Amino acid sequence: MTAEKSGADILVEALSDLGVEVVFGYPGGAVLPIYDAIFKQKRIKHILVRHEQAATHAAEGYARSTGKPGVVLVTSGPGATNAVTGITDALMDSIPMVVITGQVATHLIGSDAFQEADTIGITRHCTKHNYLVKSPERLGEVIHEAFHIATSGRPGPVVIDIPKDVQVATAKYRKPAAIQHKTYRPALKAEQSLIEAAVEMLAAAERPIFYTGGGVINSGPAAAQLLRELAKITGAPVTSTLMGLGAFPASSDQWLGMLGMHGTYEANFAMNQADLIIALGSRFDDRVTGRLDAFAPHAKKIHIDIDRSSVNKTVAVDLPIIADVGRAMEDMIRVWKARQHRKNDLSAWWSRIEGWRAKKCLDFPASAKEIMPQQAIRSLWEATKHVNPIITTEVGQHQMWAAQHFHFEQPNKWLTSGGLGTMGYGLPAAIGAQLGNPNALVIDIAGEASIQMNIQELGTATQYRLPVKLFILNNEYMGMVRQWQQLTYSSRYSESYSDALPDFVKLAEAYGWTGIRIEGQQELEPGIRQMLDTPGPVLVDCRVAKLANCFPMIPSGASHTEMILQSDDVSGEMDDEAKALV
Amino acid sequence: MHIKEEKKERHTLAVIVDNEAGVLARIAGLFTARGYNIESLTVTDISDDDLISRITIVTSASAPVMDQIIAQLERLVPVHKVVDLTILGPHVERELALVKVAGTGDHRIEALRLAEVYRARVVDATISSFVFEVTGTSDKIDKFVELMGEVGLVEVARTGIVAISRGKEAA
Repeated sequence: MTAEKSGADILVEALSDLGVEVVFGYPGGAVLPIYDAIFKQKRIKHILVRHEQAATHAAEGYARSTGKPGVVLVTSGPGATNAVTGITDALMDSIPMVVITGQVATHLIGSDAFQEADTIGITRHCTKHNYLVKSPERLGEVIHEAFHIATSGRPGPVVIDIPKDVQVATAKYRKPAAIQHKTYRPALKAEQSLIEAAVEMLAAAERPIFYTGGGVINSGPAAAQLLRELAKITGAPVTSTLMGLGAFPASSDQWLGMLGMHGTYEANFAMNQADLIIALGSRFDDRVTGRLDAFAPHAKKIHIDIDRSSVNKTVAVDLPIIADVGRAMEDMIRVWKARQHRKNDLSAWWSRIEGWRAKKCLDFPASAKEIMPQQAIRSLWEATKHVNPIITTEVGQHQMWAAQHFHFEQPNKWLTSGGLGTMGYGLPAAIGAQLGNPNALVIDIAGEASIQMNIQELGTATQYRLPVKLFILNNEYMGMVRQWQQLTYSSRYSESYSDALPDFVKLAEAYGWTGIRIEGQQELEPGIRQMLDTPGPVLVDCRVAKLANCFPMIPSGASHTEMILQSDDVSGEMDDEAKALV
Repeated sequence: MHIKEEKKERHTLAVIVDNEAGVLARIAGLFTARGYNIESLTVTDISDDDLISRITIVTSASAPVMDQIIAQLERLVPVHKVVDLTILGPHVERELALVKVAGTGDHRIEALRLAEVYRARVVDATISSFVFEVTGTSDKIDKFVELMGEVGLVEVARTGIVAISRGKEAA
């Protein structure tokens, strides 16, 4: 007979049974029993962050870079509400995450007790699922089910709210057998007839394009390999969303770069002119489609996605296939080969694409003195590409420049907040990624505004001796806001100047980091070298041109073919329809 | 600038769910969060062991949005299945109302006469009031309530719509 254990011990044992190695958290009154159980064991490592939001982003960074679920432990009330931004971020970007929140004792629920919040109510619509566990007997089963839901199908965050008395009360725990949920059964395998139809459409297409997304990365490293093979046997060009970067190697001739609002000219024009779009684990986000009624007007569309609600949500498709994208690609390759299809002659299509490529849309104006932010990213890439670094970002211009100018060869190397666009994501995500990949080079490419949203996490990296590198493109503006104000509101820079900035080098030193300032062209490459050669965590305050804009760009409410390039005159005022769209 | 409205159609959905805490909030919240509307919603447990509930939702949406509503509902973990009865084919929709009418003399007699026409039953009576129980389609109840307005309507309680498909098969 197994002895009874406290809810807190059941939690720790269940996490251990599930293979959890790292938990990101912050203690507080309603989770003290759990922290005591953690104190008494050695299997699970707890990483103490400085703010609960950072715990969630660190868990996301860990999950995105390792493929394993990220686990978060926070207290009730403010602990839980602080975690909400990261939980929502994980929902939008389909990141597997389990968040354990403490709750006041069951008899106090609803009494406005100290540090009580309706965590289940607050997180109901920003989680894939959530649980309030009212008895320790249910706890083990709920934890296993929560991990199953978070990691299978379209991954996402799951919250488990555990009242303090349930953490103390005892029950028996036995590791459950494989979970067969009574209602939750994500479809994994596509119907054969649909796969065959997709292959025939692909074989007949004259101007096909693969439009891939984060789903290819979520499907696992094998899916990225299958994408390479599918591209190879069909000869079709490949573009990707922000979330999907790395699934297809940027060094390939077939790679067109990212598409969408700040995507390349060739990717957006190819989408506009294609006769067949094969959407793989991507969701036709508004940042990708631009104006919907002008989106890909000539193309038939195949959409392979594991989430049926992603299909026909904003763009009507001709052939929806609900399946795991890796499995579907595997099936497509098999059918393609079995039917002895050969690569279509796509030379006319490719010659048009070459014409668009010749625009060299990512070129930017040179400056003799100032560092152009695009140049800073390119130099960082040149200096680090041989080690395949993991790159995280914050949100804004620097994020788009990184997506455009840093090139990825492998999946799970690019961690960014896509759907929610959360400033403050990058530093904690880098911490999580470094923990999951102790030997990797992890760099957070940041802006001076975003980084201040979770700057306190410098302390976390110091405490755990994590050698993350923080590369701040400092232009003294919330650059993307300023750019939009220049384009849309006649350069009325309302509240977008980053005034009263700290001395980032001194700040780094205060936290036990090395701080480096890079000013002027001649310091760029030596500064990057110094950052890479310095052991331990390093912050770089890279002063860049203040008013540089991120181009190319599809302005608000415009179509793929109405891209603004670097050379275009952009300042002005937009009409109300355009202002309302974004 | 003005915001455009799109053309909508009325649909009746049957949603079979696990009868667990918060499931109704999950579904109602999904509708508000995604901007879908609810015209009527009824929910009650339908199994012996209190484990399964049936929710009947009447909503209006364009065809693509309707498809989204169903996909979003099916994605919720405690949802067993979603049936669009309007698309499925012939089905029966019923609603029950309790209607309180107060009055004396001619009004009282007229109320009773109309109740008979509408097959409403008297479930409570005092010297100066009746409570009628009336069952039928929402249109019929609307009409009955409207008529009662002429003869001393005091208060109305309605259940909202429940619906089931015609024929021998389960939906």
